[in-house]
Amino acid sequence: MQKTTNNKQKTNWSVTLKQNNWTIEIISLILLILFFMPIIIVLINVGKADNNAIILDPLGLPQNYFRNFLNNIERILTHRQIRYFSSFGYSLLITTLSLTAIGIFSSMAAWVLVRTKTKYSKAIFFLFLSGLVIPFQVVMLPLVRLLQDITNFTGITMKETVHGIVLAYVGFGAPLSVFMFYGFIKSVPLEIEEAAIIDGCNQRQVFFRVVFPILKPIFVTMLVLNGLWIWNDYLLPVLVLGVKNPVQTLPLSVGVLAGLYTKDWPLILTQVILAAIPLLILFLFVQKHIIKGMTSGAIK
Amino acid sequence: MTKNILFGNSRRAQSNRSFWLFLFPSLSAFLLFVIVPFITGIYYSFTNWSGLNTGNESFIGFDNYRQILSDPQFGFSFLQTATYSLLSVIIINIVAFGLALLVTQNTILKNVFRAGFFLPNLIGGLVLGYIWQFLYNRALIVWFEPSLIAVGNTSILGLAIVVTWQYAGYIMMIYIAALQNVPQDLIEAATIDGANAWQRLRAITFPLVAQAFTIALFLTLVTSFKQYDTVVSLTQSGPAMQMPVWFANLYGINPITVQSTEVITYNIYETAFVRFQLGVGQAKAILFFLLIGIFGGLQVYFTQKREVEM
Repeated sequence: MQKTTNNKQKTNWSVTLKQNNWTIEIISLILLILFFMPIIIVLINVGKADNNAIILDPLGLPQNYFRNFLNNIERILTHRQIRYFSSFGYSLLITTLSLTAIGIFSSMAAWVLVRTKTKYSKAIFFLFLSGLVIPFQVVMLPLVRLLQDITNFTGITMKETVHGIVLAYVGFGAPLSVFMFYGFIKSVPLEIEEAAIIDGCNQRQVFFRVVFPILKPIFVTMLVLNGLWIWNDYLLPVLVLGVKNPVQTLPLSVGVLAGLYTKDWPLILTQVILAAIPLLILFLFVQKHIIKGMTSGAIK
Repeated sequence: MTKNILFGNSRRAQSNRSFWLFLFPSLSAFLLFVIVPFITGIYYSFTNWSGLNTGNESFIGFDNYRQILSDPQFGFSFLQTATYSLLSVIIINIVAFGLALLVTQNTILKNVFRAGFFLPNLIGGLVLGYIWQFLYNRALIVWFEPSLIAVGNTSILGLAIVVTWQYAGYIMMIYIAALQNVPQDLIEAATIDGANAWQRLRAITFPLVAQAFTIALFLTLVTSFKQYDTVVSLTQSGPAMQMPVWFANLYGINPITVQSTEVITYNIYETAFVRFQLGVGQAKAILFFLLIGIFGGLQVYFTQKREVEM
């Protein structure tokens, strides 16, 4: 509560502009509408029957809007190579599993790294940090080869599987997540943990029963940042899952459709809407958390 | 005594065991998928690894690097990536800071504006590219002919605008967080002393949010350099264009046709997975890593220096 009142005070940093508030309100509103124009234009065009209708009048609202739109949706939902529902399911499964694993494992790692003061813990923390500056393109070619080698040596299939890509996300998500948890845990007072130890908790209990619940705010940030990345990721799924294989995520299905119907814009745009809609709906519901998570993550 | 550090029952042994136990899942995945490929990747960049000889490649020293440096398309990719990154860093930060100033005013719809400007961030890079390919080539063409991404000279500007639309909302969040920490009384005092809005912005706000500029510039620079998905769906590295004469002169050749939005990441992917020259592709990736390091480091160095001066 204290924080919100605090924010309020700081937010109106230009008191003298108060009388101009309506001007600013209107300017912001116009800008927001301009910002939404791309989405509005897309929404107009998903209801067109075919490409000719778009070429004739790209910015006009068509006749039979809803019939055409539903028709386009039906074409996508029943398409054998797009597999919308299965792609959505796999996207959901992969994102959920990855976020759970990254959240638990990274916070565990960050906690022991903060609470153990040895030369190892410092070195390992810096190793994780180094991962922040390595762009994906630098490791992608050796990674594809490594996945194949793992399969050849151990018989565990890594490519085209859910566990393969989830494990990869745990690895690639670790640097940023460990870094964020590390910063947060450092500010958690040690006394709480000492009290728990005196009460008879072992280390595992201290972490999962005492520390873990305290991490909630930074957990939200971690979920938002990693969730947006994993749900929308394209390159790693292309390399690990491949195109047109049984395990297909939503971005991959968009790529497949655009490849099949290069000029059928009403269909492509409908798929674009269908691919973006799950996240937009989620955003409407947990908007406050996402924005808060983003802002606090941003200053870190 | 040493053997007891891991397997004994002493307190020290117990805490050592849980140290490694707690680290194991994250650390092993990170080592396996990031550090190991990074190190083997350095070696592969010195080999003639290709799609046909995987496992039988041999060490060829700096040949890949020499080949890259004499390749005009790669040089041009670098030029376009750098120009595009510079463009988008400037546009994104101006737009984002402007929006942040607007939405930190005391407006009724403040929260709606913040959420609204942030919204495009939810759209993935691939989907984003298709939306804007349609906008540029089919819809906006009613007013702007030819479309920005149909001409080699303007295509990177087209790309920068797309990335701005997506990313400005996120950078706006960083500036909002910084602006909220500007003390109210300083602004009030300046107002009483007769400073106008621009003077207050320049003399109080800018220096106090200087740190946010460093972070935001770094993030936008690195993100612009790493852009790949959007290029795949927006332009597929096209349209083709004649390289500028001054650029051809650097290589001592006559101007040839190049792909105008073939950014470095796209060039790496093409080299590796279309031309199957994986060793060359990996060497390009290593150069890409060094370039990001140099540009990012320089940017942080100069903006931090400026932070102190302000």
